[in-house]
Amino acid sequence: MSSSDEGLRDTGLDSVRLHDWLSRTWDHKRGLVGWFSTVDHKVIGRRYIITALFFLALGGLAAAIMRLQLARPENTIVGPDLYNQLFSMHGTTMMFLFAVPVMEAFAIYLVPLMVGTRAIAFPRLNAFSYYVFLMGGLMMWIAFAFNTGAEAGWFSYVPLAGPEFSPGKRTDFWAQMITFTEVAALSVAVVVIVTVFKQRAPGMTLNRIPLFVWSELVTSFVVLFAMPAVMMASTMLILDRLVGTHFFNPAEGGDALLWQHLFWFFGHPEVYIIFLPATGMVSAILPAFTRCPVFGYTAIVLSLIATGFLAFGLWVHHMFVAGLPQLGSSFFTASSMVIAIPSGIQIFCWIATLWLGSPVYRTPLLFVLGFIVIFVLGGLTGVMAAAVPIDAQIHDSYFIVAHFHYVLVGGAVFPLVGAIYYWYPKATGRMMSERLGRWHFALAFITFNAAFFPMHILGLAGMPRRVYTYPAEAGWSAMNLVVSLASLAFAFSFVLLAWNMMRSLRHGTPAGPNPWTAGTLEWATPSPPPPYNFARIPVIDNVEPLWRGNGSPAGEVSGLRVDARELLVTTLTEAMPDLREPSPADSIWPLLAAVAVGATFFGSIFTPWAVIWGLGPVAVTLIGWFWPKGAPEDE
Amino acid sequence: MRTGSRLSAAILALFLAGCTGLPAGLDPAGPAAEMITGLFWWFTAICTAVWALVVLGLGASLLRARPADDGASPLDRGSARRISATRVVTALVGATALVLVALTISAFITGRGLAQLRGEQVRTIEITGHQWWWEVRYSDGGPAETLATANEIHVPVGEAVRLSLRSNDVIHSFWIPRIGGKQDLVPGQVNHLDFTIDKPGIYRGQCAEFCGFQHAHMGLVLVAHPRDEFERWFSSQLKPAQAPRGAEARAGQQAFLSRSCVMCHTVRGTPAGGKIAPDLTHIASRSGVAANTLPMTRGALAAWIADPQAVKPGAHMPRTELDSDELNSILAYLEQLK
Amino acid sequence: MCSPCHKVAGLVLLLAIAGCEREEREFQSPPPQSGDAGAAVLSTLSPGSSAPQATPSPTGRKYNQNAYHISEGKRWFRWFNCNGCHANGGGGSGPALMDEKWIYGGSIEHIAATIRQGRPNGMPSFDGKIPEQQIWQLAAYVRSMSGNAPKPARPSRNDALNPGPAEQQRDPLPTVGGAAQGPR
Repeated sequence: MSSSDEGLRDTGLDSVRLHDWLSRTWDHKRGLVGWFSTVDHKVIGRRYIITALFFLALGGLAAAIMRLQLARPENTIVGPDLYNQLFSMHGTTMMFLFAVPVMEAFAIYLVPLMVGTRAIAFPRLNAFSYYVFLMGGLMMWIAFAFNTGAEAGWFSYVPLAGPEFSPGKRTDFWAQMITFTEVAALSVAVVVIVTVFKQRAPGMTLNRIPLFVWSELVTSFVVLFAMPAVMMASTMLILDRLVGTHFFNPAEGGDALLWQHLFWFFGHPEVYIIFLPATGMVSAILPAFTRCPVFGYTAIVLSLIATGFLAFGLWVHHMFVAGLPQLGSSFFTASSMVIAIPSGIQIFCWIATLWLGSPVYRTPLLFVLGFIVIFVLGGLTGVMAAAVPIDAQIHDSYFIVAHFHYVLVGGAVFPLVGAIYYWYPKATGRMMSERLGRWHFALAFITFNAAFFPMHILGLAGMPRRVYTYPAEAGWSAMNLVVSLASLAFAFSFVLLAWNMMRSLRHGTPAGPNPWTAGTLEWATPSPPPPYNFARIPVIDNVEPLWRGNGSPAGEVSGLRVDARELLVTTLTEAMPDLREPSPADSIWPLLAAVAVGATFFGSIFTPWAVIWGLGPVAVTLIGWFWPKGAPEDE
Repeated sequence: MRTGSRLSAAILALFLAGCTGLPAGLDPAGPAAEMITGLFWWFTAICTAVWALVVLGLGASLLRARPADDGASPLDRGSARRISATRVVTALVGATALVLVALTISAFITGRGLAQLRGEQVRTIEITGHQWWWEVRYSDGGPAETLATANEIHVPVGEAVRLSLRSNDVIHSFWIPRIGGKQDLVPGQVNHLDFTIDKPGIYRGQCAEFCGFQHAHMGLVLVAHPRDEFERWFSSQLKPAQAPRGAEARAGQQAFLSRSCVMCHTVRGTPAGGKIAPDLTHIASRSGVAANTLPMTRGALAAWIADPQAVKPGAHMPRTELDSDELNSILAYLEQLK
Repeated sequence: MCSPCHKVAGLVLLLAIAGCEREEREFQSPPPQSGDAGAAVLSTLSPGSSAPQATPSPTGRKYNQNAYHISEGKRWFRWFNCNGCHANGGGGSGPALMDEKWIYGGSIEHIAATIRQGRPNGMPSFDGKIPEQQIWQLAAYVRSMSGNAPKPARPSRNDALNPGPAEQQRDPLPTVGGAAQGPR
């Protein structure tokens, strides 16, 4: 640390000079190269969110076409080939290209602001992750545009997705897209964990970490342990398809159910990877609109951690009718029931918060209330599906389609939309239209229920999932028409959101630093936040540090360098100031490395040798990335 | 439990206004399905009550009269009531745990009951899933009593039946909602589904696991007969196909044997012995064609044979160029295969 | 959006155009038009001395490049019991199909004609028994057995016992017409 002692510190600087110095140090360069080189977590996070929302639109479009096809029996708008691609692309996009990335994107944007630091940890890895994700998603959809879309569902069960029954390259594209997004997700998980563990503002002990940050921390650990299973599975799949291995070939000693075990060992935690950050968003929105700290902080944190652990003990409930031994199924029934308890604790704590506080009915709170109503219903149908005998009846029927849309749309998208309304002023400096927001909520809430509730009954009436059409005699026509009309209206509610977001960018009321008079640290800095996040690192003594008497944190840290990027590293549990640590400067290498990695993954769709050829470019870009340049960060 | 289920049935009936009767999944035709349906209503009643209580609690907490803002810091807000809130939340969590334990135990009890339904004397029927049809074999009685048919299962009422389920290609799932529950057909393993049917009747179902292009048209019919009727059906099915009667049907048999039909289909008693498509020995006695996609009528059969890809795009039955004489004679032949 | 993405997109685009032909799932063959299917001519006097001639046809090209058609052909090869005589391509009572020797021509048009017309010494005629589209699919698959189809379109292993490397893993062998010509 000797050389950094020579640098200019912020100790004696007045606020104007401090701002000048910090801006010069932290802002990214103008121009195209600067645009691609930036490692600012806010810029990367914003891009991540916009890209994920773009994929949401694509996935929604796929769903709209599916619903048009299903509006009438024996409809011929799309044939089975296109329909199979559409539902596979819908599921894959929503899970891998929208839900997981958008939840991580919020972490990228918000976690450093909420823990009060100047930059995210490993910012270049963070930028790398975005480009890898972008390439994976674009690859998937460009392939779809050229008739090479995934066709075996987002779950891609073998043997249907295997070499014999899925000819051509469609499933290989799917499998490699998984690899892309998982590499991206793992990178973000590492980045978030380190940021939360080591870069919290002094005084932010474990029990003062905002609940949203806790939820993203737990999620990141779940990502770390869940994603490798699916990467391994998709790699085995592509090896079976491309090299001729026999992992899933029962005739040569493989096992078709091995795929399901690996996939759901990831697939069930995946649901919590999406849901946990959404609960964090709820816990962040509630105190701001009830003027009351969340009730039961410790209980909620323990619930989050318990959910993270239990998420790994449920996967077999996706396989109750696959012919597994009954004793095993009973265990997974019990564990699936148990996970309802931490979710229940959170729900009760939120309702208690509403009871104790005085609610202010703004759009974000409306979406949270809608979330509670919808999610509880979805959770309870989940409890029904956990019972083996009931699951034997409703598994793979529209009942399950209804269930998981209640859980994922109600449980994750509603809080997410609330979060967009809530943090939009922070990111853009302008408020979204409240009037339009209320219309959006009313439309979304009504049409969501109209679209998805009847699906429960369709499932009980015997309508299986993933059918491209159904006979008129089945008696499902009227309800399917209702579902289709309502889901188109639900899709339209997102047009309102998009319109509101775009219009408010120019015409919204200026927000100021803390429009909701919320209590967490991200509201302590201007909106939008400067590149350096905080002029002086705050010191806090409370879970809602801005709710102290004068509306500002308890104190400030001084002594950080302003002429080079420098962070304050604190201890893991007590968040005592520990070190001053340089933070990497902007670099184009993460992008180049992502391109090299992407080309390797893409090539390996066509030949396993791409992995060998790709090593060279990947090594070159990584060497470029880590080459010592004598900058402070190299020490 | 019974009141709860009646109440939920009434609520559900409101949603079903305009439809006829209960959904198939809640209209049991045998003891296994009855147990599952009973458990379903029990869970539904409890879950509906829990949901209603949560929403009521949410509404009450929003509508609660609040003291005027005393200007205190939000950090101290409600601190006086926090202790009672803690008690209430703890009690609710405890109640949740108890409800879940009760539900879990009832699920186990039903699962155990289902397992005990399996009797000693069972009739085994082998079901093999194919893209996109069901092969049905009765082979309990030795080689002379072995019977192969397709897409239609006949069982005697009141007799325990065990399906042994295999797949020839990808994973399928056997599901007839009214007999209760489903079971996957997984390549490389044999799964079982046990049931007994109480009431004679025709029960429809279809493949429940996504299996490719024609997953939507992989229908299945189960016919439950009284015992003697079943025996009559069985012995008539055991007979080889009857010889064609009339010139047109004879020409049809010739066309059947000389065109592509013979490559895949079996008609017992003729040289046609293809093993990769449904056995047609008694096709005219079945109620549907193309895995119950179409009813068994001359017109539907003609449409299916003339252009299978228009009825089930992607199905493995190709279109054969037949002139209208050939088509008509083949239809005449098939219609005699009762 | 960003230029490197454009580059990646451009690369994807090039491969994707080939992908379109490869990935189409054509369930229903359009009615054959005259000349569309090409013409395969065997020299009548001495099949060995001159290679059989074939006019490449759009139909042949379409089937030769399409992964779905080839995989369907692989299915028919087993279902229609071609493997009864030709085994898995190594040959039995019928000639081997995975080598470079083609007695009656190795183009897809020739193979289709051979299936349609039958050949002396045991190859029956399947005209009328196998519909035209399935004959083309079979012919496309037979060509892929010696590696003569775009690699991404060739089938991979089956979910069965696999006697050797799948078609996708085989090196393309040049097609040599006529029986008299040995391996080059």
